[in-house]
Amino acid sequence: MPNRFKIHIKILFILAVLAMVCAAWAQMGSSGVVLIKDATILTVSHGNIAKGSILIRDGKIAAVGPNLTAPAGAAVIDATGQFVMPGIIDPHSHIAIAGGINEGTLAVTSMVAIEDVLDPTDINIYRELAGGVTTTLTMHGSANPIGGTNAVIKLRWGKDAKGLLFKGAKPTLKFALGENVKRSGAAATRYPATRMGTEDVIRTAFIEARDYMRAWDEYKKRVAASDKIAIPPKKDLKLEPLVEVLRGERTTNVHGYRADEMLMMLRLADEFGFKVNSFEHGLEAYKIAKEIVAHGAIVSTFSDGWAYKIEAYDSIPYNAAIITRKGGMACINSDSAEEARHLNQEAAKTMKYGGLSEQEALALVTLNPAKELRIDDRVGAIDPGKDADLVIWNHHPLSVYAVAQKTMIDGEIYFDIQKDQEMRKRTEEERKSLEALDKKNAPQGRGRGSAPDNFINKIPHRQD
Amino acid sequence: MAKSSQRYPILFISMAVLAAALFLSAADNRAYVIQNVKVNTLSSAGILDRASVVVVDGKITQVGKTVKVPAGAQIIKGDGLEVYPGMINAWGNIGLTEVPAVDVMNDTTDLGTFKPQLLAFSAFHPASELIPVARVNGITTAISAPSGGIIAGQASLLHLDGWTADEMAVLKSAGMVITLPSLGGGRGGRGGGTALPGGTQATDAARAQQQQISELSELLEKTRHYVKAREANPATERDRALDALAPVVKGQLTAFMQAQTARDIRNAVEFAKKENLKFVIQGGREANKVADLLKKENVMVILDSIVALPTRQDDPYDARFTLPKELAAAGVKFALTSPSAADVRNLPYEAGFAQAYGLSHEEALKAVTIYPAEILGVADRIGTIEPGKIADLVVTDGDLLEIRTQVKNLFIAGKDVSLETKHTLLYKKYMDRK
Repeated sequence: MPNRFKIHIKILFILAVLAMVCAAWAQMGSSGVVLIKDATILTVSHGNIAKGSILIRDGKIAAVGPNLTAPAGAAVIDATGQFVMPGIIDPHSHIAIAGGINEGTLAVTSMVAIEDVLDPTDINIYRELAGGVTTTLTMHGSANPIGGTNAVIKLRWGKDAKGLLFKGAKPTLKFALGENVKRSGAAATRYPATRMGTEDVIRTAFIEARDYMRAWDEYKKRVAASDKIAIPPKKDLKLEPLVEVLRGERTTNVHGYRADEMLMMLRLADEFGFKVNSFEHGLEAYKIAKEIVAHGAIVSTFSDGWAYKIEAYDSIPYNAAIITRKGGMACINSDSAEEARHLNQEAAKTMKYGGLSEQEALALVTLNPAKELRIDDRVGAIDPGKDADLVIWNHHPLSVYAVAQKTMIDGEIYFDIQKDQEMRKRTEEERKSLEALDKKNAPQGRGRGSAPDNFINKIPHRQD
Repeated sequence: MAKSSQRYPILFISMAVLAAALFLSAADNRAYVIQNVKVNTLSSAGILDRASVVVVDGKITQVGKTVKVPAGAQIIKGDGLEVYPGMINAWGNIGLTEVPAVDVMNDTTDLGTFKPQLLAFSAFHPASELIPVARVNGITTAISAPSGGIIAGQASLLHLDGWTADEMAVLKSAGMVITLPSLGGGRGGRGGGTALPGGTQATDAARAQQQQISELSELLEKTRHYVKAREANPATERDRALDALAPVVKGQLTAFMQAQTARDIRNAVEFAKKENLKFVIQGGREANKVADLLKKENVMVILDSIVALPTRQDDPYDARFTLPKELAAAGVKFALTSPSAADVRNLPYEAGFAQAYGLSHEEALKAVTIYPAEILGVADRIGTIEPGKIADLVVTDGDLLEIRTQVKNLFIAGKDVSLETKHTLLYKKYMDRK
């Protein structure tokens, strides 16, 4: 494929991005005040408002209620007959990451950070906005027992990598148990290749981290006591994040499927005095709801994925409902750039399988993941003072027929279905003109001229 | 037993009578009346409010506001409920795989390039845990298709209830799975083209593609000669591969031509026409781009899952969601599918998404019932609620395509099938854990 064509397409994207951003700005009232009026508001935190309005000021929700009027200069969005819910939070994703998600060459790679390789041009950011997603935990993969640190991002399409970051979100670290770790170990002859080895690797890492933490504590104590000859321990970038886990300054996201391996991790966490913040997938969590609830771990699971590998053979679509009914907290995540686009409908499956209420189902993809990521003071529900991260739907978002109309982050519109229709016309025209240009400039006699088929992507599968 | 029957003659006789009574009542239960229900016939009769459906010996015998209740029929009160024809998943490999990541649990893909003699039915696992999970969402019939190579083998159409594959088979052979080699791009997933070996230059790949297409043409030509030779002289030595291909070259057995990109679909249509095959397109991710051709040539399409990402970076975000609407607008007949064996239960949501993105409700329902029946050539037996058809019925508490809707009763070939699955059993077991 001619490189020039690639560049043209890149330029086309950048133009499209700029157009979107400009469009978003144009939509805003010049005062930074927006009123969404006459919608059914699904607050998730305190029930529904049948015909209500939301006042947005400077990117925050200023007021929510049945009788709000637009202040002078406010932009008004008439949402009559439509539904507004909090922006969807996908607590397990691998989008917007450049060049691979697994640093699996070592068993412990806590020194690597997803934040360092964010790709703000990943088209999946825009596609997920079109599915109502506003915040995502984009994660290291599950090839090794201790992976890298993850990044909480807002899907601010058009901003640079730094502009995606959810400022103030608590740092996190990825752990993984079970088949993916075993498989990667066996294939690369990298220890571990069993669940026994997985426990051993994690325990060894925490013993090292504890010693390292004590050495630093000792050093700081000596410095505080004006010890002039105190020598600082050597900085260890692998152990630093683990020390933060031990100090409770960094949360843990533990990929696990089988009940026994999750229990192993709970015992290990108790041994070292830290909390398992979440089990990622936790497909058999329903078998050990009692133990998980006692520990306080959150279960971030699939709606109905099962049987794709043997540790997923006992996965049931009742998982989130059982955890909820037994007093725990569950989230529904996507782990897939495709599935993220309909997490609202995935959440609806918990009403079918397990009989959760509408509000419980919606919380699985809004308030609960906000709590998991410790950002529920900012997002996850429609309450005054929270970020104006909102989605407007044409039908109830738990209906299979719901299509997102507008998606807003910090009060800015990042997806608008009408603008999208206009944009795709422009994109198609530009594409045609670029193809024509490419054909004209192509060297004669070789190749096949324009080669649109080469642009087809491999369909991304669940990456774990 | 002989001794005890002498000692307790009365007990023995009464037990025999009881057994006979049980047997008779079981036989009586072959008749059902679903009463006072909203009947979505999906036939020309449309929707019948507060009507009844009568099932006798596996068949639908009456549908209407007033029906004659057969003696001994079991009555199912349908107040507030709806009944739909069972859904048909027109592509996938249920029964040929249990856990795809475990090699020994896969019977989908055998070695070799041309394997027309292979038949999915032969390897179909009737006790697969995936089957009850699929059917309790209202899917009563499914295609199970082999994959790999240029001719993967023959797909089978099976009812999703029965003790053996023989009991379950609707069509032992539903058609021949043919995948022309593709010139790069657009694969990455189920039902894609066959990857070509080597070739650093596009021209090498094109040459290899032509070579393989020629081999397929030669095989079909050989089959035609074989058919003539067998007709002329029944003593002609048999060839199992050519025997399997004979109904394909005669236009009696459908060829499922797998193709995804616009170019591959055009090639597949051109090839199948040239070879005089009876065929449909399977896959069709870019069928909208060749909709005019498909309409003109009257080619029907069995689509891959449309709940999928766009294939190209610069496609609209909803490119796959809107595919059904665009095909319907162009007048192309298609079936929606949920091919992944573990996800067959999500077939109604394929139709739901198609409707959300522009397809009409009626067309969405038909794309998972009567259209797949027509495409698979079994519309005289399944796909609508009409007298004379096999009683594949789903009784629901609401819109079949909505996620929250619960299935209340499920009939497959006239049998009231249990709604229990591996999943409901685990649910009950662990909800009860104290």
